[in-house]
Amino acid sequence: MCMLSTAAAAEGPKAGGVINAVIQPEPPSLMMGLVQNGPTQMVAGNVYEGLLRYSPKLDPLPGLAESWSVSEDGKVYTFKLVKGVTWHDGKPFTSADVLFSIEFLKQTHARARGNLAQLEKVEAPDESTVVFTLKQPFGPFIGIFEVGSLPMIPKHLYEGTDFKTNPANNTPVGTGPFMFREWQKGSFIRLVKNPSYHVKGKPNIDEIYWHVIPDAAARSVAYETGKVDVLPGGSVENFDVPRLSKLKNTCVTGAGWEFFSPHSWLWLNNRSGPTANKKFRQALMFAIDRNMAKDVVWNGLGKIATGPSGSAIKYYTNAVPKYDHDPAKAKALLKEAGYKGEKVRMLPLPYGETWQRWAEMVRQNLQDVGINVEMIATDVPGWNQKVSEWDYDIAFTYLYQYGDPALGVGRNYVSSQIAKGSPFNNVEGYSNPEIDKLFADGAVAFPDAAREEIYAKAQKILVEDVPVAWMLELQFPTITRCSVKNLITTGIGVNDGFRDAWIEK
Amino acid sequence: MISFIAQRIAKAIVVLLALVVMNFFLIRMAPGDPAVVMAGEAGAGDQLFIAQLREKFGLDQPLPVQLFLYVKGIVSLDLGFSFRQQMPVSKLILDRLPATLLLTGTAFAISLAFGILFGALAARFAGTWADTAITIAALIFYATPLFWVALMAILLFSVTMDWLPSFGYETVGAGYTGLAHVLDVAAHLILPATTIGLFFMATYVRMTRASMLEVSRLDFVKTARAKGLSDAVIQRRHVLRNALLPVVTLAGLQAGTLVGGAVLTETVFAWPGIGRLMYEALLQRDYNLLLGVFVVCSAMVLAFNLITDLVYRSVDPRIEFAA
Repeated sequence: MCMLSTAAAAEGPKAGGVINAVIQPEPPSLMMGLVQNGPTQMVAGNVYEGLLRYSPKLDPLPGLAESWSVSEDGKVYTFKLVKGVTWHDGKPFTSADVLFSIEFLKQTHARARGNLAQLEKVEAPDESTVVFTLKQPFGPFIGIFEVGSLPMIPKHLYEGTDFKTNPANNTPVGTGPFMFREWQKGSFIRLVKNPSYHVKGKPNIDEIYWHVIPDAAARSVAYETGKVDVLPGGSVENFDVPRLSKLKNTCVTGAGWEFFSPHSWLWLNNRSGPTANKKFRQALMFAIDRNMAKDVVWNGLGKIATGPSGSAIKYYTNAVPKYDHDPAKAKALLKEAGYKGEKVRMLPLPYGETWQRWAEMVRQNLQDVGINVEMIATDVPGWNQKVSEWDYDIAFTYLYQYGDPALGVGRNYVSSQIAKGSPFNNVEGYSNPEIDKLFADGAVAFPDAAREEIYAKAQKILVEDVPVAWMLELQFPTITRCSVKNLITTGIGVNDGFRDAWIEK
Repeated sequence: MISFIAQRIAKAIVVLLALVVMNFFLIRMAPGDPAVVMAGEAGAGDQLFIAQLREKFGLDQPLPVQLFLYVKGIVSLDLGFSFRQQMPVSKLILDRLPATLLLTGTAFAISLAFGILFGALAARFAGTWADTAITIAALIFYATPLFWVALMAILLFSVTMDWLPSFGYETVGAGYTGLAHVLDVAAHLILPATTIGLFFMATYVRMTRASMLEVSRLDFVKTARAKGLSDAVIQRRHVLRNALLPVVTLAGLQAGTLVGGAVLTETVFAWPGIGRLMYEALLQRDYNLLLGVFVVCSAMVLAFNLITDLVYRSVDPRIEFAA
């Protein structure tokens, strides 16, 4: 018997089957070129594709491009596209679609616009070749071709139309392993296998149902009662994870977040109030018990953040000043800072129970060293507004890092990114010419060894200055039935689509 | 009667327009706007991105202009466009309205039927153990938070006993048709409808009981008894019929709130109704959609009030129409 089952397992992927997954909240649209929120990326990553995919170590893998080369001066990137790829409506996918997608995304996709800022021109010498020429070497460039950052958009459906009101937005057409079939708003989204997918033998799964279940407890129950098989990271409250993990035939993995590396910190208002004082900010770092928060609030998931960069992304170093939990040191620093019990306003992140509890814990830590904390309750739009308008002293947040310090880290610390009205730039108002220069140089330094040195220096300075209080590298575990195999194979996890997944009968 | 209805409808339209204007300003008083929410969900957003969204939503226009355009739309029965969902508001609402009407309609029917039945029983057996049991049960269901009852019902009937589905409107992907589909939807309907129903039922029980006890002490009941009518006939034709008037008033008021009142239940049971649509629109500051749901709910409240007045008259022919 034992021999038999090993033999069966070694036979490899089985075709067929249906996967029921949870999507939370319901995406506003599946047109990935226009909408980039988390749920949209998670569902539409099955429908659309990028030129490249990325391994868990963030090395580029073939996607719609089968091979690529970089010129010696680091300025010219040449991509060879996979031949014979078709859109879901049967039209061929060619280099013209790539050129069109670049123009499309420059207009509609804030992050793509930033990523493409160093682009001088893009050309298509033939149907299956695309050549990107940069103004100067830009190290992170090879990292911007993932499906959520640069999805390919069908030229034949969008050229010459008003992108935002194009009726095609409601029936997304991509080149991906699954095709959009049905969307009952408020209930479910149904995707079906793309029979003419360009990777032979893929996908294995016939259908995917994404169930919209708004209540976190109800999502847990849906899994428990066997109605769904996949709970993507973040779809249940953290305190439910240990319980669900113990259920029969249940597998849990923290993999698949390497590219995003959600990094959480407290925005500290560097402009005014006690938090404008560096000593006060350092005192905060010593006052907060991050280990306990990790163990109690996050059930041991995640990692203590050591600085501005997460440990999974490029050029990370832990050779930086350390801030262990030390209330005595915190009190001494507060005294040095001349803190006299002024009120500080703290904004928790209104993303559910876990975040609320975390904020309460931090408030307790701060009160223990004598900081006078006032908690401000908001909903998501209110939080966005307060943070965007710098109307806070301490605010919880977490941001994605996109694999490279030039893409997802620098934006939080350089002074050119100080602008009212957006909660995704240098909200804390930290301004240091040396840091500005290091990040500017780091983005365009060549080769990679030069970048490494620059970012090591930047991380050290930032950790000394504490512009924000780094908390945890978050981990959002994906919970599945163990019979669902090969679901997560790349650094963007579930967002990369279910092309390799299969179900063990 | 026709002129009564016409006058009431004319009044209702004026009230509705006033509500639209009031809601318009109320929503915009909340901090945050849809552009920043959408940028937030995208995980990034530069100034240009947010400015583009504001322009798309028409939020770059002065407030009076926005109001004028909105009211102009409403007058021509156009509820506007939800930029977030990329769909006309009226389509979004019409897609969800049937599910809500089914849920709340069933809940309403359950609560009214059982509420009056148990209320009448409690009054009939006032002071006995049956009365005490009914009254206590009603109080418990009235005092317990809806979402808690919902979660306990799920725990008991879905997780432990596995009798009823815990979420959704139908079994997704089962492809049922005809009677099988009806039964499938009915199975999904039982838990959420009962949860809402129990809460409203409690008020009808209390109201019917109190009202019946009051009426049964009146002179005409004594007369009926003196005439030698049977107890069952007295209770049904003389006491209950007269006691129902305040219950109809209450039911009319509650029928209006049923649409918006299902937010919690729809959320816990993932019921694809209008309550959830409204809640999500609020969290995303999807102004047009939120206003649209408000307009539809208000219109329904007004319609239910009108229907209540008509029902009133059929219950008690002494009441005359006066607009």
